[in-house]
Amino acid sequence: MNRSTIDLWVGIFVTIGIGAIIFLALKVGNLTSVSTSPGYHLEANFDNIGGLKLRAPVKAAGVTVGRVEAIRLDPKTYQAHVTMRVDNGYQFTSDTIASILTSGLLGEVYVGLDAGGDTRMLADGGRITKTQSAVVLEKLIGQFLFSKAAETPK
Amino acid sequence: MPSAALTGLAVLVRRIGGGTLAAITTVGFATRFFLAVARHSPAAVRRLQLTLREIYFAGVLSLIIILVSGIFVGMVLALQGYEVLNRYGADESLGILVALSLVRELGPVVAGLLFASRAGSAVTAEIGLMKATEQLSAMEMMAVDPMARVVAPRFWGGMIAMPLLAGLFSMLGIFGAYLVGVKLIGIDAGAFWGNMRAAVDFRYDVLNGIIKSVVFGFAVSMIAVFEGYTSQPTAEGVSSATTRTVVASSLTILALDFVLTVFMFRGLGV
Amino acid sequence: MPDASSTAAPAAHDRPDVAVELENVTFSYDVRKILSGISMTIPKGKVVAIMGLSGSGKTTILRLIGGQIKPRSGRVIVGGQSVPDLDREALFALRRQIGMLFQFGALFTDMTVFENIAFAMREHTDLPEELVRDLVLMKLHAVGLRGAAYLRPSELSGGMARRVALARAIALDPMLVMYDEPFAGLDPISLGIIGQLIRRLNDALGITSVVVTHDVYESLKIVDYIYFVSDGRIVAQGTAQEIRASREAYVRQFVDGEADGPVPFQYPARSYRQELFADA
Repeated sequence: MNRSTIDLWVGIFVTIGIGAIIFLALKVGNLTSVSTSPGYHLEANFDNIGGLKLRAPVKAAGVTVGRVEAIRLDPKTYQAHVTMRVDNGYQFTSDTIASILTSGLLGEVYVGLDAGGDTRMLADGGRITKTQSAVVLEKLIGQFLFSKAAETPK
Repeated sequence: MPSAALTGLAVLVRRIGGGTLAAITTVGFATRFFLAVARHSPAAVRRLQLTLREIYFAGVLSLIIILVSGIFVGMVLALQGYEVLNRYGADESLGILVALSLVRELGPVVAGLLFASRAGSAVTAEIGLMKATEQLSAMEMMAVDPMARVVAPRFWGGMIAMPLLAGLFSMLGIFGAYLVGVKLIGIDAGAFWGNMRAAVDFRYDVLNGIIKSVVFGFAVSMIAVFEGYTSQPTAEGVSSATTRTVVASSLTILALDFVLTVFMFRGLGV
Repeated sequence: MPDASSTAAPAAHDRPDVAVELENVTFSYDVRKILSGISMTIPKGKVVAIMGLSGSGKTTILRLIGGQIKPRSGRVIVGGQSVPDLDREALFALRRQIGMLFQFGALFTDMTVFENIAFAMREHTDLPEELVRDLVLMKLHAVGLRGAAYLRPSELSGGMARRVALARAIALDPMLVMYDEPFAGLDPISLGIIGQLIRRLNDALGITSVVVTHDVYESLKIVDYIYFVSDGRIVAQGTAQEIRASREAYVRQFVDGEADGPVPFQYPARSYRQELFADA
């Protein structure tokens, strides 16, 4: 095995190796997406966040505009206190509604933002006051059974 | 009889103590060995031809096993994954399942295990045999440090080859899953790739996978050259060193994988 | 074949005509004593043999001279320098002046014969490739293997590999060459060739040679002085003539190949009668 052959094969190997990693980064992952651009923070309190987890997406009209950065329990109000990072390119009105939604049946839980009509915009650290908690399946079933039980004596 | 029991106990204590001391000494020696390899690494860069040759032996010659295994693992993942996801009507998430499994775990780990058994054992055997046939001694007597000329290039060859092989493994696995999922089973190609792209994050998933493969590459290469260099210069010595390389590398990869996964994917409610 | 000239081996202190000197050297491996009080002098330009049974410490002496190990006590002086006290750089500089022929050759199996011999030149000198090529071919010619320059070590016979290793040992024209069992396992023709090469190169290049061996017949043909090592001590020494004529029991047993003598035939064991009639 002479030198130039080895050099050739090593060159091919390294090229396709790096190519594979680039492929994974661009085609498989979302390197070109918004998750790497800087942003500002918004806060919101929810009665129940359901299955919301850290790093869950924050979407408006279905488009991902940010990520959930922190989830705490507010010790005074016993509500879930969620901190979100929203990309700098997007502004939301101060009467924006934040809801916990699920994408599809088995899909991941995310925070959906519906902008309102107010002229004032939320700044860095601003709080979203209108929130809608997650739909908890047990409560739904409970409601359903309760309404069914109310109907039965026939 | 108490005196016999006491003697037995004394022997046991001495064995444990001696064994522990021996283990600690080995750790100390291994650390000095690692520092020596690090110290001679610039020499490996200067002798670029040598290092390139080692990348060839570690990487290029492992390509076949990595590529074939990658495709098969991807295809099996797709088959099994589809079978389960289909029950919940979530078969369009197959791309996500396969991509995340490969990029985060299977790519670095399986490629690492295959690398350890193919390239790691080869390096150990090579260095061990050079030691047994006094080639390392001859080099020393010719005033050439075998650490710089034999060990460091092999270490760097392994470290550079490993992440590339892991990336290739993941890419081919995804391709294999695409073949099975889209071409064979009939999942919509757009959904396959689209859902995958949305769910796989570069920084979080791909980059972490790359970091894992770099760490595994370091571990396997270091173990391989260490075992080869410290092997007994006999046929049995080399053979047991080779076995130790494969076993130790595999266990280390799996243990490190656990530790790294806990740290990297902590935010997901672990 | 030049006559082995008769030289006594006087105790010398840093004399310029002495290549290697060991003074009261002891060495142990863990608890096992390998050498206990070895003193020897190797004059410049001579071929000196170190003989003894396997495991008597012969190779250890070579390692001490080459600085691969350090003695527990005593002095090891090579070319006027105390080897155990040298730092890494000085030791490597010294080693560039020492050539070593390892048992069975120890050729680098991943290179050709040519590259094996060019190895030291390429590592330690800035000679241009054309000059390196000429030097390598000259060394190979000296050992009679110029035509085998581009073979790989796996394609060589035992005798040829040994000769290539010899050429490699003299690649940088060292002042001292050490041979570790150069005659081991060779056919009669190769034995004769190696022996002649050791002697001729020594005289032609003006180097000093230390040969560790237990091949009495071949060594007596070519060496100037012999040291006998047994159990870590020097039990006899002298010129080839003196050794041939010696009445020392150990020397006689060794040279004549007697089964029994100072070195007993039976490995230490219980009385024969006791073993056989143990139950009686």
